[in-house]
Amino acid sequence: MKHALLLLAFALALIVSVAAFAIDPLPFKDDAQRQRFQHLTSQLRCMVCQNESLDASNADLAKDLRHQIFEMMQQGKSDAQIKQYLVARYSDFVLYDPPLKASTVALWFAPPALVIVGGIVVFVLLRKRAKPAAQIATNEMGDDW
Amino acid sequence: MIPELGQLALILALLLAALQCALPIFGAWRDHRPLMATARSLAVGQFVFVALAFGILTYAFLVQDFSVAYVAQNSNLQLPWWYRFPAVWGAHEGSLLLWVLILNVWTLAVAALGGKLPERFHARVLGVLGFVAFGFLLFSLTTSNPFARILPAPADGADLNPVLQDPGLIMHPPVLYMGYVGFSVAFAFAIAALLGGELQSAWVRWSRPWTNVAWGFLSAGIVAGSWWAYSELGWGGWWFWDPVENASFMPWLVGAALIHAQAVTDKRGGLRAWTMLLAIFAFSLSLLGTFLVRSGVLTSVHSFAADPKRGVFILGFLAVVVGGSLLLYALRAPKVAGGKPFALASRETLILIGNLMLTVAAATVLLGTLYPLVGEALNIGRISVGAPYFGFLFMLLMTPLVLALPFAPLSRWGNADLALWKRAGLRIVGLSILSGIIGWVLGARDFLPLLGVTAATYVLSGTAIYAIKRWKEAPRGKRYPLEMFGMLCAHAGVGVFIAGAILTRSLSIEQDVALSPGQTAHVGVYDFKFDGVAETQGPNWLAQQGTVDVSKNGETIVTLYPQKRTYPRGQVQTEASIHPGVFRDLYVSLGDPLGDGDWALRVYDKPFVRWIWAGGLLMMLGGFCAAADKRFRMRREATALEVSGATATTRIEVVEQNA
Repeated sequence: MKHALLLLAFALALIVSVAAFAIDPLPFKDDAQRQRFQHLTSQLRCMVCQNESLDASNADLAKDLRHQIFEMMQQGKSDAQIKQYLVARYSDFVLYDPPLKASTVALWFAPPALVIVGGIVVFVLLRKRAKPAAQIATNEMGDDW
Repeated sequence: MIPELGQLALILALLLAALQCALPIFGAWRDHRPLMATARSLAVGQFVFVALAFGILTYAFLVQDFSVAYVAQNSNLQLPWWYRFPAVWGAHEGSLLLWVLILNVWTLAVAALGGKLPERFHARVLGVLGFVAFGFLLFSLTTSNPFARILPAPADGADLNPVLQDPGLIMHPPVLYMGYVGFSVAFAFAIAALLGGELQSAWVRWSRPWTNVAWGFLSAGIVAGSWWAYSELGWGGWWFWDPVENASFMPWLVGAALIHAQAVTDKRGGLRAWTMLLAIFAFSLSLLGTFLVRSGVLTSVHSFAADPKRGVFILGFLAVVVGGSLLLYALRAPKVAGGKPFALASRETLILIGNLMLTVAAATVLLGTLYPLVGEALNIGRISVGAPYFGFLFMLLMTPLVLALPFAPLSRWGNADLALWKRAGLRIVGLSILSGIIGWVLGARDFLPLLGVTAATYVLSGTAIYAIKRWKEAPRGKRYPLEMFGMLCAHAGVGVFIAGAILTRSLSIEQDVALSPGQTAHVGVYDFKFDGVAETQGPNWLAQQGTVDVSKNGETIVTLYPQKRTYPRGQVQTEASIHPGVFRDLYVSLGDPLGDGDWALRVYDKPFVRWIWAGGLLMMLGGFCAAADKRFRMRREATALEVSGATATTRIEVVEQNA
């Protein structure tokens, strides 16, 4: 049921989507809080848009969530608490920064693994192919270009 | 009647493409000269018919022939004539036709400029390009026919997406496609080399200028897209790591690796197999990008599954191209390592490290782009992968590359001068620290802006030190061959880009404000005075236009007019108003009315944002300059003779074998 509602919301959002960026003046306490808010909302996904952050989206749901997040900030909640609240309601899909879990191990560890494996290949290749500098005849070196 | 002629032209182009693929490759196999010679005339013929089809579709837009479904969907009577040209490629069917047209432009260039290539090799290259064109023409005709009619014709059309009604759209797709599609030439050279068992490095020199030009265009296309998003979407950002952006960025990364690997193979004979593989990957990623953007898979895996015809076709074509070329590679690629000897500390080693980081970065972008799609398809939970993931990993992966970058030109091929490394390294680090101190004195106190300044200085001073060294040591007239000048431009571009990207990110001030007419918002050191909103009108839109006076210390700098436009079909589009500058952009965009004449506005102070695109354009310039080097101008006999050492004999054999 929740899924169906979400799909419906999604379909509606596509119909009324407006190519305009959200502009939402909120009464922040100070610049630090404003920056914290901008940083946090740019890392969260608008649930009814194709690929937009909460910060950017003009959709009503995004606006509601922005205001909720603003309220929670006024109540002194931390970024982690706010994220936790949103994840509980909307699942990890709301986070542009996917948390490390069993299902995202490959996502987070494949790049370092590739660097390590690639590094080993390069290292082995260099050990095998590279010669001591003294053995390279001058005429086999290029000029400087 | 006329659209049917366009349809007919496409069908004829398809048949010619099929022949352009089959006849020359068969001819090259049997060493049958007349068959090989057909390649050029077939390429010209195919170009003529594709250009005719494209011209006819453009004509249908110009005369507003709404009986053509594609025209009816993407324009209307109010669309100004200058937007009817880009409207041709504003949606799926037409942009595919543009893809094919640009492929034909490249093919024509190879046919015309490749006359001095060995005959069989040239025939094979054109044959492979014919195959690619065949695949895309078939795709266009079977799933995405731009000439399909709707009868009765509607009295008026829908509209070109207002987001696309911007000068940026005129530039972005054609330039981007020139890059995307241009990698098909490097790909065709690699496949032709594999088909002919041409395992020496001669083919690499022939393909280098093509790769450089394609990469230059791709850089320019990405810059145009980024600038367009910045100025049009009212968002003030320049890169979102959206899958559509990633689709163009992956071939760019692999293309950058390919340019360097080709230089190693051309000059030293090493990395031959790797260069081939990169040429295959660069084009495969271009195709994958086309699949991602054109199949609808990005909107939702499920919507893709509901109407999979287009996606399945591209996926099938992708499988044939990637699978076929990798199979050919496995069978034919050079197994024995070749090339001149090199020491551990050498330009070869540094380029190899750079190649590793660029390809891993491309793989990371690929992984992050596909992971949510795969997760959704397998039902293991939907996740989002966005800027925090990509930005973090990309910065980590690029750090070693940036650190190595200034030292690669300062190293000789084969064996670097360690004393020079030390001398230059001390200067580079010294200058970088100095720039950090200057940044500190000028008021930067946070880590990130200081990092931006020092990293940019690191790259720029390293590049400058090499340029100065050449100036002092090389004889006049031989100091900066174009190929090297291109390298200097592109490397300086990296430095300028780093400065722009990091400084914009860390120093930008953005603020959403609610203002009554006459009220002023203070953002950073600037005052934005709001003078209310008035109605205004364009050729096909009505707009509410705000007036904002920007001043600093009481001195007026500029008056900005941000708009909110309403198009005929009710679509709303913000038009940001931007005061551009070398060191900062001031940017205002208009939000919603808040009652009583009050409006919501978004105000930005964006320092150094233009440096991002300036860096990209320098990289583009680098690619173009390098390609113009006279080293790449072909003289058939001389190619074999000017090479020294072991490879010379093999190249002469190659030339003889192909003559």
